[in-house]
Amino acid sequence: MAKILDEPRYVCALGAMQTVQAISRAIPIIHAGPGCASKLAGCIAGTTGDSGYLNPQTYPCTNIGETEVVFGGEEKLRTIIENSLKVMDGDLFVVLSGCTVEIVGDDIDQVVSEFRDAEKPVISVATAGFKGTNLEGHEWVVNGIINQYLARQPKKDVIKGLVNIWGPVPSYDPYWLGNIRELENLIRKLGLTPNSIFGEFRGIENVDKVPQAEFNLLVSPWVGLDNVKLLEKKFGTPYLHYPTLPIGAHETSAFLHAVGDFAGIDPKHVEAIIQKHETEYYFYLERSVDIFFENRTASKKFSTVTTAANALAVSKFLVNDLGLMPNTQFITEGVPEEHQQRVAEYFNGFSYGIKADVVFSTDGYKVHEQIEQEDFAGAPLIIGSIFEKKLARKLDGNFVCISVPIKEKVILHSSYVGYHGGLKLLEDIYSSVYQSFN
Amino acid sequence: MAININSKLCDSRESRLGSITGFSGSLNDLKQDLSCGGGCVENKGRCFSQASSCPSNCALGQLSGINDAAIVHHGPSGCAATAIGISSNYDLLAGALGRDRSHFAYTCTDMKEADTVFGSIETLKEVILETYHRYHPKVIFIGASCVSGVIGEDLEGLLDDFKGEIDIPIAPVHCEGFKSQIWATGFDLAQHAILKYIVKPPQKKSNKVNIYGFTQGLSWNTRSDIKQMLGAIGLEATYLPASASVEELEHLSEAVATVTTCSTLGSYLGIGLEKAYGVPFVRSLPPHGIVGFEDYARQLAKIVGKEAEMEAYLQKERDFYLPKLEKVKEKLRGKRAVIAMGPGFGANYTRILQEFGIKIEHLLAWHLDKQYDDGKQPTALKYLTENSPNNFNYSVNDLQNYEFMNILNNVKPDVFVSRHPGSTVWAMKIGVPAYCVYDEYNSFGYRGTLRFAQTLLDIITNRSFAENLSKHVRLPYSKWWMEQKYDALYEGSEVKELVDVK
Repeated sequence: MAKILDEPRYVCALGAMQTVQAISRAIPIIHAGPGCASKLAGCIAGTTGDSGYLNPQTYPCTNIGETEVVFGGEEKLRTIIENSLKVMDGDLFVVLSGCTVEIVGDDIDQVVSEFRDAEKPVISVATAGFKGTNLEGHEWVVNGIINQYLARQPKKDVIKGLVNIWGPVPSYDPYWLGNIRELENLIRKLGLTPNSIFGEFRGIENVDKVPQAEFNLLVSPWVGLDNVKLLEKKFGTPYLHYPTLPIGAHETSAFLHAVGDFAGIDPKHVEAIIQKHETEYYFYLERSVDIFFENRTASKKFSTVTTAANALAVSKFLVNDLGLMPNTQFITEGVPEEHQQRVAEYFNGFSYGIKADVVFSTDGYKVHEQIEQEDFAGAPLIIGSIFEKKLARKLDGNFVCISVPIKEKVILHSSYVGYHGGLKLLEDIYSSVYQSFN
Repeated sequence: MAININSKLCDSRESRLGSITGFSGSLNDLKQDLSCGGGCVENKGRCFSQASSCPSNCALGQLSGINDAAIVHHGPSGCAATAIGISSNYDLLAGALGRDRSHFAYTCTDMKEADTVFGSIETLKEVILETYHRYHPKVIFIGASCVSGVIGEDLEGLLDDFKGEIDIPIAPVHCEGFKSQIWATGFDLAQHAILKYIVKPPQKKSNKVNIYGFTQGLSWNTRSDIKQMLGAIGLEATYLPASASVEELEHLSEAVATVTTCSTLGSYLGIGLEKAYGVPFVRSLPPHGIVGFEDYARQLAKIVGKEAEMEAYLQKERDFYLPKLEKVKEKLRGKRAVIAMGPGFGANYTRILQEFGIKIEHLLAWHLDKQYDDGKQPTALKYLTENSPNNFNYSVNDLQNYEFMNILNNVKPDVFVSRHPGSTVWAMKIGVPAYCVYDEYNSFGYRGTLRFAQTLLDIITNRSFAENLSKHVRLPYSKWWMEQKYDALYEGSEVKELVDVK
């Protein structure tokens, strides 16, 4: 059987336009057909907001048609870039190419190189849909900024305590804004200075500071690994790869220890911070133990059907904090093969030697079929996308929607990261549990 | 050009109808240009453009509404983002109506780089087969993509291979994104596929009216209003395509008439059914506002010879709602509006706002159809050019945000009335209250019109949200641009000193 994408949970590389938009005042210039941007943005964002300083309808775009398919679109691209620089008020312009122009063979680099002396930087990234997923596209955009923009800036000194934060993928992680903010807060607690390029009011200023960081912190199982490696190569900045987005006490405390160790912070100082937050965290848990453990509709077993980042973060929390047991974890964002084995091994390190089976699949039908066959010893807890809602209902299970497609749930600024994020996830899970007769 | 429901392709609106995406002038200019048969309305190209939309999402989004259809999208993963977009919403609709949607599927061949070189018709065949065996749909639509189009995949060529194995219609839909700048071409493509592959010749006549629209009239009471109106002349509705079944679509040829809430959306199917099976297509004004609703109701009643019954129904409704409406109209009179919508809805809502005594400053149409497939001018546009109490600015905008922000910033109307996702926030950013006419039945009939007028008044009265927002955000446009005339970047236009940016 050939590969089938059934219930798609990711999009193509051009979806990385969201990564550009996430940098305040960076402007994507789309060299593609007229429909790519609006379709991708609307579908990824769902009810989590795709507007801001820009929305897809403001992206400059060549809107290529039959004429360009026949004669090429270089001239049109040149005109659009030229006028983008006049019409749009931006700090960084990123040309992103779609499928058609790459098949017809436009020399995009050549056109973009003509703008080398423009008042604002113009770079380009090949993001044809057939070349990869939006996650890979995200990495290519960040690499493009490093290679074509940062590497051409004059060298500046390292700023002590400055830490670049990488990991949550803008827009595609529906909680990206809150998650990045919360990671920043955790870093700040350690006395370090966080630097993230994504989200409100960070913008080009923070991009410019990236080469000045003491180290890069990547909080993600695989997305972004290429970027921190490139930063090491270009600027000699070391990196800490911490695969798990920390949710709840166990993982957040482990995260603070790991970052503290890497930054050479006194462990006693770190321990004091952890104690303070764990005391507060367990105050809330103590109040609510009966809610978690005295009901008729929550079992001990769960599956996730989501991105590698979410699957790892959520399962670590549910196993190590809450004492649940993992059934198979399904990872759905088309993880490149070279990362799969390493990512799967992350699921071997739970407390008490507990392990979880991992399946990488882009076939929602097969995923659901397997979940239906597995034994949950009661109501399954399924954490995934809106595609899992019907499955959870069919199996009389409990359900929380945390990844694309996000629907029926509005996300403005909340987060699952950190001590508070753990409490928030518990609120969401048990809100589902108490929607059934108890 | 007449519709041939058997032809392989349905061409773009540009080539079939001469539809355009760029025009700047006034309503009178447009009327003048249209009066010589449409040939004088020339399309203006742009030297700067922003991301618009393509036929793909419209075509496959519409077809995704059919409860027992499957879509197999032959393209890279991003094309199938439509599956993400429509997830949940049609399930909620089917759930609310108590209809089964368990046979629906949306799959994709997820084309990769090698596929662009060697093609992947074999993969497509396997995915079609697998989709069929998994979900047992009643029809499979094969969605083309830019990639499948550019490399020349022969979608019709594979149909014979399934004979004997799959006994349901398999319908290629040529919605390659580069083929038309006008996303409404996608509506025609969807309807062409329904006409060519699903609709069967009539066996008997029914008392059904085909209502082609976006929803099933489920929002706030409209469904009961539609039922009452049709009931007054002994008719029932077949809503399509959202939440319709293939079986319902097969019988469209047996209906009394076809109507549509938006002629930009539904005219292809209406005209196609009329030509192929003699089902009358009601070319009235759309059923919005008082003038529109009465025209629609009367023309429908005329088809079944029940004008008297309809008049009795209308009179009863009028007596109840019109006095209430008059009171709201008093407060709306003299307000100023800018409207940005598709060509059908835009002409339509301009008329309604004029019924309320609101002054239209500028009407922007996302594109312009000078005519439909029967060679006739769209009714709402014709009505507007003949009955508008005053002239106003008219432009064809192709969803160009920089143009309409320029216009709004100059005009600063009391309200911006739009119809497209993502449009409302932009007016609010400069403190102009905005209303997105999201629901197609928003001003249906007397009650709907009253509701719409009341909502407009509420929006104009309490400007808090827009005003608060405008104090805290800035536009992504240069000062230079905001000082140009909105059509300055049309090809051949005169620009003020393009060289000096600062």
